[in-house]
Amino acid sequence: MKIFKILILVLFAAVLIYAASDLPYRGDPDNLMHAEQSITDTRVMGSYFIQNAYRDARTPNMVTVVLGDYRSIDTFGEQIVIYTAGLIALLVLRKTKRRRVV
Amino acid sequence: MNKPFQTPIVLLGARLLSPYIMLFGWYVIIHGHYSPGGGFQGGALLAASILLIRVAGGRRVAQLQIKEFATTPLAVVGVSIYFAAGLVAVAMGGYFLDYGMLPIPGMDPAWLRYTGILIIEVGIGLAVMAILVMIYDNMVRGEDYG
Repeated sequence: MKIFKILILVLFAAVLIYAASDLPYRGDPDNLMHAEQSITDTRVMGSYFIQNAYRDARTPNMVTVVLGDYRSIDTFGEQIVIYTAGLIALLVLRKTKRRRVV
Repeated sequence: MNKPFQTPIVLLGARLLSPYIMLFGWYVIIHGHYSPGGGFQGGALLAASILLIRVAGGRRVAQLQIKEFATTPLAVVGVSIYFAAGLVAVAMGGYFLDYGMLPIPGMDPAWLRYTGILIIEVGIGLAVMAILVMIYDNMVRGEDYG
């Protein structure tokens, strides 16, 4: 049975490597995701961010602009997630002073 | 549980390191516009500097740095800074979290967005720091020495 598991893992790795061999070369400016127009003739948002991040927010780090400005509602959701996790930890772990006497 | 073991050397080392880690945390938050970094990473560093003192010195020494009851309000303040930045933009006639409408005089919208990103990063950093410290405080309550 252990052989069977290892075989499944190797097969899965082979499938992933086969799929990864078809990925575009990283940093190639001719990639589809770096084009101005996608194949369905709509504007590609990534190229807009790369071209206009500095003009819109005067910030050289375009990751910060995407995280803080273009996708700020998403970041707000992340912060709410952390806050909620903290509150849940507070509720679960807090020791109350009242002890119920059986 | 093992017997409490206290040595001044550990506390001294933690006291030496903690301010520099905290300074580096603020650097990561504020310099996030120009280098890798931002609110989450900087907040984790701030929490590390506080937790170092808490682990090394125990509960009573740690109260000198940040009191235990102050962490939950700090988290609320951090979330509120972010939310208020969005609501002020709405009140000034823009969209939610549209920093170009923040009412700071003498800035064009691009620099207002720069400032708005800085404001929300500080809010995120405060909230992350306070939440991490709060989780630690609630986990070790009554279990550590001091």
